[in-house]
Amino acid sequence: MRNFLKNIFSYLDSRFKLSELAELAGKKKVPVHKHSLWYYFGGICLFLFVIQVITGILLLLYYTPSVDSAYESVHFIISQVKFGWLIRSVHSWSANILIGAIFVHMFSTFFLKAYRQPRELTWISGFFLLLVFLAFGFSGYLLPWNKLSFFATRVGTDIVGTLPWIGEKVKHFILGGSNVSGATLPRFFWFHVAVLPAVTAVILGIHLVLVQILGMSKPVGLKESEVREISFFPDFILKDSLGWILILALIGVLCVFFPWEVGEKADPFASTPLDIKPEWYFLFMFTTLKLVPAHVLFLEGEMLAILGFMIGGLVWMLIPVLDRNVSREKRSPAFSLFGLLVLLYIIVLTALSYLHLKL
Amino acid sequence: MKRRNFINFLFGGGLIGTIVTFLYPVIRYIIPPGQSQSRIGQVEAAKMGELAPNSSKIFKFGDVPGILINTKEGELIAFSAVCTHLTCTVHYEEETETILCPCHNGRFDLSGKVISGPPPAPLEAYNVEVSGEDIIVSKKA
Repeated sequence: MRNFLKNIFSYLDSRFKLSELAELAGKKKVPVHKHSLWYYFGGICLFLFVIQVITGILLLLYYTPSVDSAYESVHFIISQVKFGWLIRSVHSWSANILIGAIFVHMFSTFFLKAYRQPRELTWISGFFLLLVFLAFGFSGYLLPWNKLSFFATRVGTDIVGTLPWIGEKVKHFILGGSNVSGATLPRFFWFHVAVLPAVTAVILGIHLVLVQILGMSKPVGLKESEVREISFFPDFILKDSLGWILILALIGVLCVFFPWEVGEKADPFASTPLDIKPEWYFLFMFTTLKLVPAHVLFLEGEMLAILGFMIGGLVWMLIPVLDRNVSREKRSPAFSLFGLLVLLYIIVLTALSYLHLKL
Repeated sequence: MKRRNFINFLFGGGLIGTIVTFLYPVIRYIIPPGQSQSRIGQVEAAKMGELAPNSSKIFKFGDVPGILINTKEGELIAFSAVCTHLTCTVHYEEETETILCPCHNGRFDLSGKVISGPPPAPLEAYNVEVSGEDIIVSKKA
């Protein structure tokens, strides 16, 4: 048996140069220090993305993207197909955990200043990945065609419509009409399973190549004597895979005890339910829109908030360029404070929405 | 057994067990369930006045065809239009007032029973109700 496996390995090795790859991976080092825990979140995001792809492909087997049958097909998956409830729950739960892991990965990268030279493009490609995954979440939310997702999409796309000059046109393009309708669902499906995966493949490819070429960043001001190194393969990968197993166990527990609900079928002519909310990762924006007054000076409040988010996003993306001190390996407490304020803003406004305060 | 071999066996077995645990639900998921995906309880088959006496209409009932017949006496009846022999679509023959499957000349009467030919079972009969202007066909409980 052992000889047989050896023969297979040597056959593949002579063709794929596996030994050389393993040697290369072994040479690659990962620093070990008191903040190394945060390195694992990138791998966790990648792992969750793979789960998304696998479960997404499986869901495609029974899901039908039309207004008449989308809800029924999801209902069919969770009630008739063997383990359908599990596949669907894993897809939904891991999607949410993925967005959470991306936020953790992004803020840990921010506070460790890993965006500094020469990793500016890694940060920027990561920022675009965040946008793509938010778009995945937004487009996927509508696909079961239930009441909550229908109205949340209506609100979300209405917000896009308030953008100056281009808003209505963009909204029309996204919806395939002036309202969330039968034309919207196939469009969102197209975004979700064709356009966004293709975009992700390109950006994620760039992001991973950059991580492999440039290696892991060390925190600013860390002395060489304080840093130990372990090999990427097998040491780091083995530790990483332990994290994946823990995440998988967490998803399993969540799916069994809190299976993802399908809700009530959307009725475009029904009145909007009272507890209408987008997914949790959009809540801070949703709450902001509630808090902003109808008019601020000569601008509409909604438009002002959207412009604020766009400018904020641009600043966030350009942090590696703006933070000049850190690119010279000096500390930049002002930027750390800025990051902390952004994090607090997101947490507080999200919490406010969950507290059911009359905003 | 050496200690190393025992550990290898334990971890190897654990790994195989894990892989099987993940593959089993996936394989069961891929195998289609017995019940058809399209489970429509009722449809609007036609409008009142659309069918003259002694005529019929094929309508869509989920992903299978149904047949609605207005008999000579003006009674509305409906069946699954799928022949119980080899699933050809049946039609109403006005001259003989019977339902015919053209593939193998299976013939059914207006209660869906087999009169002649190879069909092994009667046609599935549906309920017909009139709601305002609509003729609603539904599955029998």
